[in-house]
Amino acid sequence: MPVIHIDGQEYEVEAGQNILQACLSLGLDLPYFCWHPAMGSIGACRQCAVVQYLNPEDNRGRIVMGCMTPVMDGAIFSLNGDKASEFRRTIVESLMLNHPHDCPVCAEGGECHLQDMTVMVGHRDRQYRGKKNTHRNQYLGPLIHHEMNRCITCYRCTRFYNDYAGGTDLAAMAAHDHTYFGRHEEGVLQSEFAGNLVEVCPTGVFTDKSLMKGYTRKWDLQSAPSVCTGCAVGCNTLPGERYGKLKRVHNRFNAEVNGYFLCDRGRFGAAFVNSEKSLEYPGLRGEDGRFNALDHHSALMHMVHACHAEEGKNKVAGIGSPRASVEANYLLRLLVGAENFAPGFSDREQPLIELALALQQDSPALIPDIQTIESADAILILGEDLTNTAPRIALALRQSVRNKAYELAAELRLEAWQDAAIRNLAQDQRSPLFIASVADSRLDDIAEDRVALAPDDIARLGFAVAKLIGGENISELEPELQARAQAIATALQNAQRPLIISGTGCGNAAVMQAAAQIAQALCQAHNRAMLALAVPEANSLGQAMLTGPGAQSLAQLSKRAAAGKLDTLIILENDLYRRGPKASIDALLANVANVIVLDTLDNATLSASSLALPAASFAESEGTLVSMEGRAQRYYPVFVPRQERRASWIWLLAVMKESEREEVSELHSFDDITRACASDIPALSGITGAAPDAHFRNAGLKIPRQTHRYSGRTAMRADVSVHEPKQPVDEESPLAFSMEGLNRSQPGSLLPFVWAPGWNSNQSLHKFQSEVGGHLKGGTAGARLLLPATGTSASTATQPDATLAPSAPQQPGQWQMVPRYKIFGSDELSVHSPAIAELVDPGFIEISSDDARALGVNDGEGLVLNKPDNASQGELLTIAVATLEVRLNDSIAVGCAGYSVGLAGTEDIIAADKLVLSKADNWKRHKPQIIGSDGGGSTGGDHV
Amino acid sequence: MSELIPALSEAEIAAIDAELSHVPVPAGAAIDALKIVQAHRGWISDESLNAIAKHLGMSAAELDGIATFYTLIFRRPVGEKVILLCNSVTCWMKGCDALQQTITEQLGIGMGETTTDNKYTLLPMTCLGACDKAPVMMVGDDLHEEITAQSLQALFSNAGSGGET
Repeated sequence: MPVIHIDGQEYEVEAGQNILQACLSLGLDLPYFCWHPAMGSIGACRQCAVVQYLNPEDNRGRIVMGCMTPVMDGAIFSLNGDKASEFRRTIVESLMLNHPHDCPVCAEGGECHLQDMTVMVGHRDRQYRGKKNTHRNQYLGPLIHHEMNRCITCYRCTRFYNDYAGGTDLAAMAAHDHTYFGRHEEGVLQSEFAGNLVEVCPTGVFTDKSLMKGYTRKWDLQSAPSVCTGCAVGCNTLPGERYGKLKRVHNRFNAEVNGYFLCDRGRFGAAFVNSEKSLEYPGLRGEDGRFNALDHHSALMHMVHACHAEEGKNKVAGIGSPRASVEANYLLRLLVGAENFAPGFSDREQPLIELALALQQDSPALIPDIQTIESADAILILGEDLTNTAPRIALALRQSVRNKAYELAAELRLEAWQDAAIRNLAQDQRSPLFIASVADSRLDDIAEDRVALAPDDIARLGFAVAKLIGGENISELEPELQARAQAIATALQNAQRPLIISGTGCGNAAVMQAAAQIAQALCQAHNRAMLALAVPEANSLGQAMLTGPGAQSLAQLSKRAAAGKLDTLIILENDLYRRGPKASIDALLANVANVIVLDTLDNATLSASSLALPAASFAESEGTLVSMEGRAQRYYPVFVPRQERRASWIWLLAVMKESEREEVSELHSFDDITRACASDIPALSGITGAAPDAHFRNAGLKIPRQTHRYSGRTAMRADVSVHEPKQPVDEESPLAFSMEGLNRSQPGSLLPFVWAPGWNSNQSLHKFQSEVGGHLKGGTAGARLLLPATGTSASTATQPDATLAPSAPQQPGQWQMVPRYKIFGSDELSVHSPAIAELVDPGFIEISSDDARALGVNDGEGLVLNKPDNASQGELLTIAVATLEVRLNDSIAVGCAGYSVGLAGTEDIIAADKLVLSKADNWKRHKPQIIGSDGGGSTGGDHV
Repeated sequence: MSELIPALSEAEIAAIDAELSHVPVPAGAAIDALKIVQAHRGWISDESLNAIAKHLGMSAAELDGIATFYTLIFRRPVGEKVILLCNSVTCWMKGCDALQQTITEQLGIGMGETTTDNKYTLLPMTCLGACDKAPVMMVGDDLHEEITAQSLQALFSNAGSGGET
C-alpha cells in the first residue's frame, strides 16, 4: 500500500484512491462538494484543494484538487497549510456570493452539506457588496421542491439524474453565474429516482415536498433502521418521525443492497403510514352491520373465542401475507396449523413464487446482491420490467453496462473515479444488455438489443439460448429468433460475469425456468454466472420459505369454506381483493362465519370482516423480511403505535397465550419468536443473523433513536398536558426511544441515523464506513439465506419438454393479457401516500395502433375486455371483465394487450388470459387530473 | 408569424440533414441545427426546440442546455437587428455605459428589450475582439468601431421612421 505524507504525518492508504478519498477514509476532514462516492470525481467545485509538494526540498508546493489527484507512494501533501486552507475558504466565499441567507426557512437547514463545509473552512463575513442573483423556480411534480437560488453549481444533480440514473429531463441551462438546473419547461420530473436529488444536492435546491408540508429538522426527527416494503428488493431505509407522523424517508446505506440510492416509490411511498385510512381501534361488526370500536383486551377475547376449536366443530384457517413479517406469518401458521395456513398469494402467483424460490435454491449460479449485479458485464433480462417491479435493480443495471467503460479505462490506466474522462472515453460503448419483454421498458436506451415477445415466446428464446450454450441445436426456432439467441448466447459466453434476470413479473413459469436453465448452462460451461429472479412483494420469498412448496392456496381454502368446513378465517395484513376476482373472494368471505382481519389500513377485505384488529405498520413494529436475493433483514419501530394499534405478532402471540397454547409457553419476546421460527423452519434458520437481538449493547449502551440535540420533548405535548410523559421503553430491540446511548460503529442493521461532529448532513456517512464508500464499520446489514447450490445436477430448471417450436397461433380476435407494471400505482400501499397518489393514473390497456385500428378505437377511448364463456354452447357468449382506457403502444408484442397491474379497474384481469376486446360505447375519457400542486401556493407562486 | 408554425420547415430539415451527414452522432449537429432554425425564424421558440430535439434524437432538456449556453442563440423573440454592445474591460473603460444610455434614449429600449417597431433588440456582449477600436458594437452583421454619442446619433437618427443603418 502506498505511503503518503499529509502535514508531516505518514499514512498508509489504499492504492487507486484519490487524495480526497484517502483523507476521508483516514478520518481527516477535507471539504468537498461535487465529488460523490458513488459518482466519482469531476473536479468541478474546486473545494477539496490541497497543496502538493514535489519533494521534501520543495517548500512552495502547488495547489491540486484532492479528488483529481491519485495517491502515489511517497507523495507529500498539506491539508492544513495556510495556502490550502485559504484557497478553500475563498472558494466557499465565492459560492456564498449568490447563496441566500435563508437557512432558517430552508428545508435543508441542519443537515446541509454547504452549511457544514462553510463552518469547516471558517468563512464567516461577507465582503462582496453586490446584489445576489435570483432565479425563478419550477414546479417539478408532487415529490420534489425546487429552490434554484440556493444552487452552488456543483453539477451533482445532473450527474446523478442524467449520468447515473439515465434521466433526460433535467439539464444545466445557461452559463457563468446564471447557470440554472431545471427542466426545459415546468413539469413532473420523469425519472423514477428523482427523489435521490434530495440527498445528492449538497444544499437546499431539491428538497422533499412532503417533508416541507409538515416540516421537522433532522435533529428533531426520531428514526430507526428500517427496510422498504415497496417491493422485494429490500432497500434499507431511515424513516424519520415527529408527533406520531412519518415525516420522511432517507436512504440507509447498505454497501451490498441499495448503496446510496432509493427509488421514489420507496422514498415517498412510505407515507401511507400517515393515511387517514389507518386503523386505530379494533372493530367488532354489530348486528346492524356496522363496526363498533373495542379496547384491545375485549378484541383479544373475541378473537380467542372465535379461534377456540370445540370438539366436533369445524376448523380455523389463516391467510398470511407476503407483505407481513416472517414472525407474524410464523405465529399465524402456528396458531392455525400448517395444514390450515395459506401464504396469501394469489392462485396465479403462488406456484410462480414457489418456483422462483426452488430455482434459486437449486441453481449453481450465484444469487447476486445489487453490488454484485453492478459487476455484471453481460446481462439478459427475460420478461421482467425491472424499473417498475424492482426499481433499484434497474438503477444498478445502468451501472453494470458501464463495465465496458471501466475496461477501456483500465487499458489507459485511468482510475475508476475519473468520471468525466471515462464517460468521454466510452461514449456509447456499453457492456451488452439484452431485453426480451412483452413491451418497451425504461432500460431500452441502454440495451444492445431488445425484442417484444409474448411470454411463451420469451421462454422459447430463453430455452434456445440455454441450448446454444450447452452446444445443442436450435433449428426448430424461427430464423429471426435464432439470430437473436445466437447473439445473446455469444455475449453471455464471452462475459466474465454474465447475469440472467427474470422473475414472476410476466406471470409465466417457463420464462423463469428458461432463465435458470441459461444460468445453469453457463455454470456448466464454467462461466461465473449470476441468476436474479424478481418476486412481487417485500416478503414474498420469505413466505415461500416459511410454507415450503405445496402450501394451501386460496382456491383450496375457498373450496373448504364452500363445503362449510371453515368457521373462522384469520387474515393477516392482506387485502384478498387484490389476490383474485371479486366474486370468488366475496364467496370465500361469505362462507366463513368469523372473518378476523389484522391490517394497517382500511381496505375491502377489512370492511368485509366480522372483527378487525389494527396492526401496526412497518414503522411502528419490528419484523424480518426476506428480499428477492434471499436476504433476511430486520426493521424496527420508528415510533410507538397510536391508540390500540399493536404489531401483528403481538396480537397473535397474545391470542395464543390467552388460549394457553403449549407451543408458545416459552415465547415471550420478539427475539423468542424469531429464534423459534429459525429452529422450526430450516429454510429460515438464518434469520436470527439478520440483526443482533435485544440484548445487544453498544459499549454497554442502547442505541438512541433521537439525535443528541432532539428538542422540545417537554413542550411537544404541552397543549394536552404540561407534564412530560415517560419515554416509551423498547424491550424488544437494542434501540431506545431516547437521546442517550451510543450511535457509533454498531452493526449496520442498527444504524438509526448518521451524524458526526462537524458533519450534520448525510455526508457524515463516511464516518460510519470502514473506508469512504465502503462497508459500514459494524458490518453490512442482513443475513443471506440463499447460497449457491454446490452440485450441478439439480433440477427444477430442466424442463424436459421445453420445446422451441412455435405454439399454435392464437385464436384471431383474442388478445393475450400481459401485465404492465407501474412504479406508482401497481403496489398496494404506496398509493396511499398523498404525493404518490398524484402520480397514479386510472387503469388502462395498451394495444398497438394496428390493433386499435382493427378494433376501431383511438388513444383515450374505452375498450371492453370480455372473457369468452366456455360453458355456453353454440353462439359465442362473453362476460365483461373490465372496461379500460386505450393507450396506444406500438412496442407491445404481437397478439398481446398490456393491462395496468394494480390500477383501478384491472382487478379482475388475470395474466395470460385470452380476452376478446370490443369498443366501449358511451366511454368518457378520463379528464386530466387536476393535481393539488397546480392550484398554486405550494411553490410560493414563483412559477415561471 | 413563423413561430406559429410548430414543426420544422422542409428547408430547415434539409439544411439540418446536410449538417447531420458530417457528424458521427446526431447530437453533434445540435448547435448547427439551432443556428439554421434561428436563421429562418429569428429565434428558437419552445416549439422549435422540441422539434429540433426530436429530429436529432435528443431530449429537449439537453438541447435547451446547449441553446441557453450560447448568448447568440435567442430563446426569446428579437428584433430584425440585434445590437450587441460590448461591455468588456476596454469598452467599459472607454465609456460603453454612457453609450448604452444614449442608445436607450434614442431607441427607447433598455438591455434585453426590443423596440416597439420590432427593428432593434439591445443586448450586452462580452468582447467582440476589436479592443483596439473600443468602444465597439455590432448592429446586425455590421461591426461599428470607435463609436461615439455622435456616431450613434447618426446611426439611429431615422430609426423611428424605419431608416436604414
